[in-house]
Amino acid sequence: MAQTTAARFVGQRLPRKEDKRLLTGRGSYVADVSLPGMVELAFVRSQVARGKIRGIDIEAARAYPGVRAVLSAKDLDSLGAKCQILHGGMAPAPHVDLLARDNVRYVGEPIVMVIADSRYIAEDAAGLVFVDCTMEDPVITIDDARDGPPVHPDFPTNVADRNAPPENPALEAAFASAAHVVEATIRHQRQAHVPMETRGVVAARQGVDELLVHLACQSPHLSAHLLANTFNLPQANIRVIAKDVGGAFGLKVQPWREELCAVAAALLLNRPVKWIEDRMENLTSAGQAREQEIHCRLALDANARLLAADYDYACNIGAFPQGVDTNFLVEMFLPGPYHLPLYRCRNVNYYSNTVGQAAYRGPWAMESLARETMMELAARQIGITPEELRRRNLITAADQPFSMVTGAVIDRVTPRECFEAILEKVDMATFRVEQAEARKAGRYLGIGFSVYIEPTTMGFGVLSSEFAHIRVDPTGAIIANMGTHSQGHGTATTMAQVIADELGVEYDRVTVHEDDSSRGAFGAGAGGSRQAVAGGGAAIKASALLAAKIKTIAGHMLNANPEMISMQGGRITVEGEPEVSTTLERIAATAYADPDRLPPGMEPGLEAQYRFRSPMFVFSNAAHACICEVDGETGITRVLRWIAAEDCGVMINPSIVEGQIAGGVVQAIGGVLSEEISYDAMGNPTAVTFKDYVIPSAHDVPQIEYIHLVTPSTSDGGFKGVGEGGAIVGPPALVNAVADALAPFGGRCYDLPLTPSRLLAIIDGGEG
Amino acid sequence: MTLHRIEIEVDGDVIAAEVEGRLTLGDFLRDRAGRTGVHLGCEHGVCGACTISFNGDAVRSCLMLAVQADGARIGTIQGLAEADGTLHPVQAAMQAEYGLQCGFCTPGVVMTLASVLEAEKTPSEERLRDVLSGHLCRCTGYQGMLRAAKSLAIQAQTAAGDA
Repeated sequence: MAQTTAARFVGQRLPRKEDKRLLTGRGSYVADVSLPGMVELAFVRSQVARGKIRGIDIEAARAYPGVRAVLSAKDLDSLGAKCQILHGGMAPAPHVDLLARDNVRYVGEPIVMVIADSRYIAEDAAGLVFVDCTMEDPVITIDDARDGPPVHPDFPTNVADRNAPPENPALEAAFASAAHVVEATIRHQRQAHVPMETRGVVAARQGVDELLVHLACQSPHLSAHLLANTFNLPQANIRVIAKDVGGAFGLKVQPWREELCAVAAALLLNRPVKWIEDRMENLTSAGQAREQEIHCRLALDANARLLAADYDYACNIGAFPQGVDTNFLVEMFLPGPYHLPLYRCRNVNYYSNTVGQAAYRGPWAMESLARETMMELAARQIGITPEELRRRNLITAADQPFSMVTGAVIDRVTPRECFEAILEKVDMATFRVEQAEARKAGRYLGIGFSVYIEPTTMGFGVLSSEFAHIRVDPTGAIIANMGTHSQGHGTATTMAQVIADELGVEYDRVTVHEDDSSRGAFGAGAGGSRQAVAGGGAAIKASALLAAKIKTIAGHMLNANPEMISMQGGRITVEGEPEVSTTLERIAATAYADPDRLPPGMEPGLEAQYRFRSPMFVFSNAAHACICEVDGETGITRVLRWIAAEDCGVMINPSIVEGQIAGGVVQAIGGVLSEEISYDAMGNPTAVTFKDYVIPSAHDVPQIEYIHLVTPSTSDGGFKGVGEGGAIVGPPALVNAVADALAPFGGRCYDLPLTPSRLLAIIDGGEG
Repeated sequence: MTLHRIEIEVDGDVIAAEVEGRLTLGDFLRDRAGRTGVHLGCEHGVCGACTISFNGDAVRSCLMLAVQADGARIGTIQGLAEADGTLHPVQAAMQAEYGLQCGFCTPGVVMTLASVLEAEKTPSEERLRDVLSGHLCRCTGYQGMLRAAKSLAIQAQTAAGDA
């Protein structure tokens, strides 16, 4: 049979289709959208973390010139809007009003909407609204939440969800008899996602009962679905458009209170309403992430083999989180790619009077941070190298498929191979000599490693499937409507690479649309590192159906067996008969404009669609190494080298893969060293600008060194996910590097972020 | 509210307008001059996304008022490429090196590099890396834009050597 799908574009570093408009200022982000008659929205937000609203005086605001409406909770009642918690799990979730009604539960909670002719005027008038609110002692930290009064009066405690496995005598016996027991508590601070484009929405009624919503989101289709549920409107009447979105990282998975408020205002006022979040709002009222602590105990035998692990995990999920469950992936993947016979993990999530959590790149990343820092602490305590400890415990190819102690079965992963690859690249013997020399000179160099496996794709719930509709239009151009979505991912590029290969056409001939919920069909866009597998799978399957039709028509027209038809660069030939050929343009023209020449009984047109069932988990994996220097005088950490060996299966575009890894790694650097969303004791946010919430700059990053291992997955195309990995495996590599650098001072640096003052405290108070 | 009459040259077009004293230059360029390629990422002068060329200097348009730009010559990302669509060397280098993902910070990054190259002709790689520190990017980890800076420095020095 003729080979028509030799990979020519998959695997190539092709230029991105998105770039030309983005580089010339011709992108279309939500803030760029203006509609006739549009008004703008500013929120009056709570200045109190916990209290009761006694009264709201809006008269001065309503009288301010240019103000069109001032709305509070009761004004929205006629809409009956229900703000859904997407990742509910089994635990009961609190009712979420779009605007605070009787109680306020965090500083920044929206109370009143002021809608005016411009944002300037809306903000002027918002300043004139007076909210009379009592002030109660808030629940801010995990410790506060354990014993404090319930944040939600209808729940008995602040426990949102808990998983408490029974005592395991075998596990306790293992700890009692172990040669080595290693123990530590690791704390990860609260972080913000900070996409460079904040959240935003432009909503407008259309026609009689339709709704048009331009939205900074991760999936127009999923957003339309959630808006339909929230406002109890037919989904067919809702059109969500998101042409360009300036980063998301989980923050824009679902339209949340503020976006829903803007939609509500557009429905009530019958005018287009725009809300563009400012940066202070973004840092103080958009979803936040992490704020976890985990107490860890490892038991190892005399040969440094893991016997048991026991973890106690707690997370502060804020007042109104977008997910209340205990983050089961933390529990499921804490054992990682290691042999581990006995295991227990207790998890608890607490409500507090802080901003609710939203999924952030690798929401379960605490599993890697806890496990990998503990592995290196164990190595130091036992007195063997971290390399040797991992070699004795990592699973290998021979162990796979491997059943983790949690029940997850992992296969086609290469943690050991990736680890050996980074070791070869760093040359440990040379590094240890350099490190020793540097220490003599009062310089503290350190190296840290981390190894992990990642469940990508997440084919469950709304992520269960992905969709592609691919057509050859009457001119011969290939147009794909897909449920994928890019907030920087470059899926219009990668999906075109896949489709071009499958159809045997030029890359430039393929255009992918993914920006409009009224095109194509449901797909969940970005989330769970799913798009290569789910989108790629849908693209391959739909292309195959389309290719079969093209070949049938070509066979009929060229009087040849369809199986002997070959397609390359849009030219269609018959195997073994080089003089017989046609073009895709001619076949397309026939299919649309001359259907009587098609094979008997064949429907006209040239298109195909396929809904791809995503695998539950497709496992990717990586090992990272980080070399850093901690300045003993200033406590400042500089990252000197970063080596990433990953196995994400077949790479569609290696430059895009590397971009995903780099982005995650640099978010890891920020998370470990500088970023912190903090509150004072009364719940006032104390990181409210980019001067206080410090993300890495170009000066803070090394040139990342990549090693690609390719073990194809069993999913179509052999792809695996790679979007979140750097942010999961990255943090422990850097924490371990700092711990290694500060080994002369005890090296226990497990309270993130590792700011200069925290590290100086270790250096000054260390064991020396 | 008092209005002030201003005249600003934007990408070669002279734009006259009556504006409030408090209108920022960034908002003026986006809402009144149609330059939505000027992106507002923080509106407090840290992220650099709104950077434009102001009489030849790279300047944050969120930190200036439109009235302060009366009579100025402003260049934005939308005026940088050739009329036939040929990309400016900075834009081309950013594309070649995968210097962008979501594209939101990109206009500022490009305008800073282009302004410095225009003013200094042969800046070193270190100089270009230095000026990039004034731009925040959350997607790329800066890897591609640092490679672009390197390749632009080499191009500029090679061109100067050939001249």
